[in-house]
Amino acid sequence: MDQLIVIGAGPAGLAAAVSARAVGRPVVLFDSSDYLGGQYWRHLPPERPARRESVLHHGWERFQSMREQLEADPRCEVVTGAHVWAIDHGRIHVMVGEADGTDREARVYDAGAVVLATGAFDRALPIPGWDLPGVFTAGGAQALAKGERVRVGERVVVAGTGPFLLPVAASLVRSGSTVVGVYEASRASRLVRHWTARPWELLATPHKVLELAGYASSHIGHRIPYVTGHAVTAIEGRDRVESVTISAVDGSWRPIAGSERSVAVDAVCLGHGFTPRLELAIAAGCRLSAERFVEVDDEQRTSVASVFAAGEITGIGGVDLALVEGALAGHLAAGGRLHDPAVRMLRLRRGVLRQFARRLARAHAIGENWTTWLTDETIVCRCEEVSFASLCSAATTTRSSGLRSLKLLTRAGLGACQGRVCGRTVEGILGARTPQGRLSGPRTTDRRPIAAPIRLGELARQGERTTSTKQRP
Amino acid sequence: MKVLIIGAGIIGAACARSLARRGVDVTVVDRGSAVGATSAAGEGNLLVSDKAPGAELALALYSLELWETLRRELAREVGPQFASIEFDPKGGIVAAIGSREAEGLTRFADEQRRAGVDARVLGVDEALAMEPELSPSISAAVYYPQDAQVQPTIAAEALLASARGAGAHVLVDTVVTGPVRDADGRLTGVTTSNGPLMADHVVVAAGPWSGEVARTLGGTLYVGPRKGLLLVTSRMPQRIFHKVYDASYVGAVQSDDHVLQTSTVIESTASGTVLIGSSRQNVGFDDAIDVAILGEIAAKAIRLMPFLSEVSIIRAYGGFRPHSRDHLPVIGPDQDVAGLWYAAGHEGAGIGLAPATAELLAASLLGETPAMSVEPFSSGRASLVGTPR
Amino acid sequence: MTARLVPEANDPIAPRAATPITITVNGEPVDGVLGQTLAGVLLASDILAWRSTSFGDRPRGAFCGIGVCFDCLVIVNGQRDVRACQRRAASGDAVVFHRDAPLGPSGDR
Repeated sequence: MDQLIVIGAGPAGLAAAVSARAVGRPVVLFDSSDYLGGQYWRHLPPERPARRESVLHHGWERFQSMREQLEADPRCEVVTGAHVWAIDHGRIHVMVGEADGTDREARVYDAGAVVLATGAFDRALPIPGWDLPGVFTAGGAQALAKGERVRVGERVVVAGTGPFLLPVAASLVRSGSTVVGVYEASRASRLVRHWTARPWELLATPHKVLELAGYASSHIGHRIPYVTGHAVTAIEGRDRVESVTISAVDGSWRPIAGSERSVAVDAVCLGHGFTPRLELAIAAGCRLSAERFVEVDDEQRTSVASVFAAGEITGIGGVDLALVEGALAGHLAAGGRLHDPAVRMLRLRRGVLRQFARRLARAHAIGENWTTWLTDETIVCRCEEVSFASLCSAATTTRSSGLRSLKLLTRAGLGACQGRVCGRTVEGILGARTPQGRLSGPRTTDRRPIAAPIRLGELARQGERTTSTKQRP
Repeated sequence: MKVLIIGAGIIGAACARSLARRGVDVTVVDRGSAVGATSAAGEGNLLVSDKAPGAELALALYSLELWETLRRELAREVGPQFASIEFDPKGGIVAAIGSREAEGLTRFADEQRRAGVDARVLGVDEALAMEPELSPSISAAVYYPQDAQVQPTIAAEALLASARGAGAHVLVDTVVTGPVRDADGRLTGVTTSNGPLMADHVVVAAGPWSGEVARTLGGTLYVGPRKGLLLVTSRMPQRIFHKVYDASYVGAVQSDDHVLQTSTVIESTASGTVLIGSSRQNVGFDDAIDVAILGEIAAKAIRLMPFLSEVSIIRAYGGFRPHSRDHLPVIGPDQDVAGLWYAAGHEGAGIGLAPATAELLAASLLGETPAMSVEPFSSGRASLVGTPR
Repeated sequence: MTARLVPEANDPIAPRAATPITITVNGEPVDGVLGQTLAGVLLASDILAWRSTSFGDRPRGAFCGIGVCFDCLVIVNGQRDVRACQRRAASGDAVVFHRDAPLGPSGDR
């Protein structure tokens, strides 16, 4: 039987691989990291063993059992250091080796059946001074704490929106930082409105509610001020973070004049939601939803019949939903039946968790007036150092509504990260300033045919040295 | 007089400017956004080096002259807030590998020189002194000081802004759906997704889609897509100072081959990246990024400049060149439909040829005497209509 | 002191002994342990910035920590454009900071 290719070994990808193996399908599991677990279970490498690493994690046993099962399974090929850099004409192109290496092994796989589980990364909105050293994304601080045991600062402020800020603050505290506060920009009234709407839905996910409540009431929670309706609206320092300005914001995230106060910190962690990693799905031809996630049907199947998707690329839903979607995608992509009793349970659970995710998304939506905290000089595109004023000026001087043209005019999104960090922010800022109030044309900043950087020499050699893997019966 | 221009790429923008400055009431329509397709997907070549003596070379030399004044006028017209068009008269170096290629290259340069091109044959040492990263294994090189570059998207936007300043209107997200004709069959406007637009003349400047648009309006124009792919590196300290080609680029530009061709063109941009191209493929409007073709482009570039092997590629993009079968643009009226005009089919040279194209089109349309003969660019020329495929 | 390694003695995860390594950073020796990424080694040594931007000449270091933002690029053993947060450090690695001369447009501007 054809192998199933699973791209991404976070919760969704691991669950997909396990359930595909349960149906008997051989699996190839790729991850660009050198260890499994994804961002959620980012952990120390085996060279740095610890007796109680589990205290940093939720669901650590589940992870360990999936990992051990897959690594021990001769019919599951686990390929770490696997940088999937392109998908064309039903072929998956992978460079295997160290990150940003110069002489990695080129492999090409037939995309006979694929589960995309490429996950998401933290979105950070621009703030004056956010380009100073000492500013991290919330997930970055978390990754450094879990994967490096590095604490990003002594006195740290966590700001943005969403429940993910809480575990980040907790892991900062467990790393010895003082968290001066967690500032949630959504106002309490909004949170309450969405959390108390249709309360019966929450009965189906009591553990999720308890998990969130648990952070707030735990001994760690007690040591961290959690403040709603407030945002870090400026970050100050000469060559590194020295202080932040915290402001009360209204329901649209517009700072309220007179509410500013300055707090001395040496690190800032920002998280304004998540951006799905869509480049491979787009390269594979998968249709996106209006909300810019991979569209999947009841079977987790994308618009491309042989390609399934699971986890955060189908909608930001957290680890439980990722595990359920992964299990479903793996089972069905491997040829399992939709009407298996076990699958019925997963589908029910998926429905409940998706409701929960929608509730979170509504409660923590980005306020439409957040750009009022920007100054003309605030860098929006970090790579190309494109300021807010120059983006606005490009839109108004050309009166262009074309994303491609405006990007090329300003270089926003054309730098090393290829718009991963600023893309959606740039689209929002430009769109609001076009004559029609929106960008025209189908192209978005999510399209990246080269999904990971590759050296020209590797590209030149891939033709002649490619290991073509086709296992046909 | 009212003129409707279909296509807000660089050709449409230049035509709009030339006409609007002559007092014509100009409207530019585009089915998408302005400068969103071919003009935003190329290197911004202003080249003489790749052109054999003949009509296209004459057009290129005329256009280079126009660019000289145009770039200054544009800077003045659009103001300091507007991004620079990054005009860079960097010159081109064409290098040959192997003795046969060397002979071909120097012979070609001789012919060009007789046609008025500044083409200087370099010794290998001279070439390496000018471009230290060139492979020492090159067999010959020719330096073309007239070759230049602009940032094509910004140049097109600047032309459009200038046209607007002269009174032109730009309508985006407007799809042309058919002709409006009077009782004599003369084209008097077009129907669009946003209602009819009336005009005394309609100019098709829709790049690779020009053939389709011409058909929609009842005209005949043999212009279609020829796909190209480009690679972009990460930013690096500048190590490449001219446009650098391999000698096969010249052959590829003028070749009629259906199958894939790749030939090398390498250059740095003002932002510190290096553009590496390119391919030519007649595959319709299939916009897939084909890894095998990228690999071929990469291998050839490294042969010319070995240090590129370790540079990081962060982006690949593709576009469609407006291809006419004899590699000459079409500038002038349709053979049958009165009121229908063309400015299309410039293949990979549209950025460079835009100012001259616009001037010739405007002059012809208004009955002025054009600065050079437009006969070779007629839509009815034998080399174009011959045997339609 | 800002970024640094969680002290082993009071780390709740009870780490076992790790293997020391030494890399060089712009020629100077910097100590780390096996398994750290280059960003991990640098941050643990309180080096917060290791790149200068091309236009504003501003300091940058780690930002996203997961290989997405490309802000943490370093030159390692002569290879440019290596994400420090993704590359494991090996003893003897020679790290040099990315510092590109601002290019500026060569033409009109």
